[in-house]
Amino acid sequence: MSSLLSLHCRPAERPSFSIVARMVRVPINQTKAAVHRLLAVLLVAGLIGPSVVKGESPAAPEFLLTDTCPASFELHDGGCVLRSRYKAYRSLRDAGVGGLKTGVPPLREGFTPQQIDLGRYLFFDPVLSADGSVSCASCHDPAQGFADGRAQAIGIDGHTLPRSAPSLWNIGFFSTLLWDGSKNSLEEQMQGPLYSPLEMGNNPAQLLETLNGNDTYRALFEQAFGTDTIALDQVYTAVAAFEGSLISLNSRYDLYAHGYHAALSEEEIAGLNVFRSFVARCAECHTPPLFSNQQLAVVGVADSPGEIMDPGAEAITGDASQRGAFRVPSLRNITRTAPYMHRGQKSTLEDAARFYTGGRGHEVPEDESLMIHWHIWEPQLTDREIQLLATFMGALTDEAFMPQIPTAVPSGLPVTPARQFASGNDFGFGAQ
Amino acid sequence: MGLKRQKTASPYKRPIGGQAMINLTTNSLYGAGAFALTMWLAACGAQAAIIEVREGERIQDAVNQAAPGDEILVYPGLYSETVYVDKDDITLRGVVEGGNWPHLDGNKQLNDAILYSGNGFSVEWFKITHYKGNAIMGQAGNNFSIRNNWVIDSGVYGIFPEFGENGLIENNILSGIEDAAIYVGMSDYIDVRNNQVFDSVAGIEIENSRHVLVEGNLAKNNTGGILVFITPGLPIKSSYDAIIRRNFVLDNNTPNFGIPGSLVSQIPAGSGIIVMSGDEVIIEDNVITGNDNAGIIITSQDFVTEIATDTGSDPNPDAVQIRDNLMFNNGASPEGEMKLLMLTKFSTTGPDILAYQGATAAERGSCISRRNAYRTHGVEDWADCDSPTIRANDAIAGREPNDSTRALATKMLPEPAAPRVINDDVSGAEIVYQGICAGCHAYNVRLIGPPTLAIQAQYGEDAGSIAAYIANPEKKRPDFPTMPRQDHLSEPMRHLVAEYMLALTN
Repeated sequence: MSSLLSLHCRPAERPSFSIVARMVRVPINQTKAAVHRLLAVLLVAGLIGPSVVKGESPAAPEFLLTDTCPASFELHDGGCVLRSRYKAYRSLRDAGVGGLKTGVPPLREGFTPQQIDLGRYLFFDPVLSADGSVSCASCHDPAQGFADGRAQAIGIDGHTLPRSAPSLWNIGFFSTLLWDGSKNSLEEQMQGPLYSPLEMGNNPAQLLETLNGNDTYRALFEQAFGTDTIALDQVYTAVAAFEGSLISLNSRYDLYAHGYHAALSEEEIAGLNVFRSFVARCAECHTPPLFSNQQLAVVGVADSPGEIMDPGAEAITGDASQRGAFRVPSLRNITRTAPYMHRGQKSTLEDAARFYTGGRGHEVPEDESLMIHWHIWEPQLTDREIQLLATFMGALTDEAFMPQIPTAVPSGLPVTPARQFASGNDFGFGAQ
Repeated sequence: MGLKRQKTASPYKRPIGGQAMINLTTNSLYGAGAFALTMWLAACGAQAAIIEVREGERIQDAVNQAAPGDEILVYPGLYSETVYVDKDDITLRGVVEGGNWPHLDGNKQLNDAILYSGNGFSVEWFKITHYKGNAIMGQAGNNFSIRNNWVIDSGVYGIFPEFGENGLIENNILSGIEDAAIYVGMSDYIDVRNNQVFDSVAGIEIENSRHVLVEGNLAKNNTGGILVFITPGLPIKSSYDAIIRRNFVLDNNTPNFGIPGSLVSQIPAGSGIIVMSGDEVIIEDNVITGNDNAGIIITSQDFVTEIATDTGSDPNPDAVQIRDNLMFNNGASPEGEMKLLMLTKFSTTGPDILAYQGATAAERGSCISRRNAYRTHGVEDWADCDSPTIRANDAIAGREPNDSTRALATKMLPEPAAPRVINDDVSGAEIVYQGICAGCHAYNVRLIGPPTLAIQAQYGEDAGSIAAYIANPEKKRPDFPTMPRQDHLSEPMRHLVAEYMLALTN
């Protein structure tokens, strides 16, 4: 009780430094601190480059897994645990859906820094594919919101895939994975693309053989897992660990949600109010804080004019009522991942939003009978409201915790994507 | 025209500054809350403000100006706006003078009248008409109170708290709503009491919610009176522990005018109470008369069609208890499916009570009292509510054995649901540092901003300078981008974070 209320009435004077120092895990070692400060001054002066930071000597092995957790994660009992203000909030029945100050669903976390870092190398290494041509990052490009900017993803040998590559931001919070919702864990999910002849084309035996035949990987897996032979489960664990570290929860919207209302412009707040109104009803499925309720929904977007080719969840369950049902995608970093919908049918956010005011089933061909979701109706959104929705969605952008793209990977193959992500980020809030 | 902000206590306001006396409401919501507020005010020396809004001013301006604990008094007159409240502990109170109400009108142009997400929100004494979406809609606000509002022809739902915990919906009058007049969606610990709902498609709907008391309401002339549903496809998938008690469910025979595609558009006119898939629903002491299709319908999700299956959602109703109810003149003119069903029993009229589509089996644990008093269909295998098995279930659920939910006064929580806050202390500073600062500052690695070590070297122990700088940063280092402002953090929190940063050792 008192802690709640102290927020608004705490006196301005600051607690003494000694109190804070006592709460910090390790007391400051003055000598060490002095050395570090010298190092820091040199760093800032640009005298030593970032390549030799983390205390590595120039003679250190080329691939050394970090013992530091990714940004916003803290080492706790040997594993990296996310620190986020959203973790201080509750959610009804721990479902991770609700409104502004609502807790997130459980995150795949607790992996060691080494496992996460190993996953990072694996993620960018085309060696995971059958012929060394495609990595996870080929379709999940950090520069494109961990999607690929295409309507339909392109796999090995230029195969065009039926669906759009989904973004991986915040994917570690999801327990319903893939457009058709057919997988419940990252480990399970990634075996799809790894072994699909259209995506990465590999098979378990060859993947193991390749990795075990690579001394660098054997050394790295030993650092991460303490075993001298690489097992498939370790591959899956490491990639899942890395994926779980892709956190985007510091957009300007989030500042608003935490109570700093100046973070959003008048237009964006107006957009938020359209978004959550029961006319547009966006928030009913794209529910904060992840902007997805992780449910399957039949919205009835045609694959191409007059055609429904993709059966969605029906192909998995055989249930005709789930024909055309797809998992509700998150809208975080949505400005980065055009085009939209499961097959990239909508090229802009405005187009995507306008679909929902076109009437129930307006794209469904006459010979189809889809169980269109009950929230799809005819809200008669105005052009201005469509624009406001797009404006609001733009406030959901945060790529501050962009991981570093390795400059080289253990296979020696060229790192994908070839195009390096510009090191800046769209931190975005405040003065801009 | 500026809003009038008073710092004096008003007769409407709960007393502040020492006395914990409560004169605002008689319900249990404010017991602990008022005490907490009193303690806070005593501790801070601050006083909650009264902000007055009069015709020609915007209610939203008052909300923007308000601090938690403040009360906004809205005087009679016409207001046309969407009011959103994303702060905790705000009260919106209409002042009704000589029968003149503060009147929110959406002109069939505006979406919703009132949206709230904050905890401890109260809204009362408003007349709300002609909005397109909802009159009053909550998203994840806990400890809410929605009382004494008058809602007419105002869109899809009249009152719709969603993802809320511990709330009261009381003494509201709603009519002409295209879906549910009062809709409790994905919420827990809610009382819906003494409301009047009429001329709507659904009177009161409890959907995917738990621990709900629906008591003393008048549901009249709707298509369906009172509904307890588990709707498939929602992220929270259960609905159980609802008591439907002492309501008047009368003449709900209005032809269905639901929005095409909505679930309630499939409700047959003439339906008094419908339990679709809901579990542990107790229907007791209601007066249910003149509903031409049936008085009470207990059914599975097969009741609605044209909806995608949700394998995570249990379609069948379990442990429903139909106890003593006054039922009279129901089923005079059964609709489609019901008509066919009754013909199999050589009857041309509908029943008082119908169980079908997965609701009939004995093992579902449902029971009925005095079944011979009613015209029933499908409850032949149900237990008698006075049976030992049912008594045992009552004991497990903590209820008085046999026929009594009557001693239970509320489903709301004895204490308000815990608040959601980040404390202004070291633990809060750690969350803020790791959740925000660490995105750009690593200990000894150059990320987007300079390493923490470099900042420590520059500032030493001078947290105050960092706290001041981050509120309004300027470009300092030619090879780094300008830091984004962090003035979204309170001044004490900026200080704490700065101290936390300076004390880091790895």
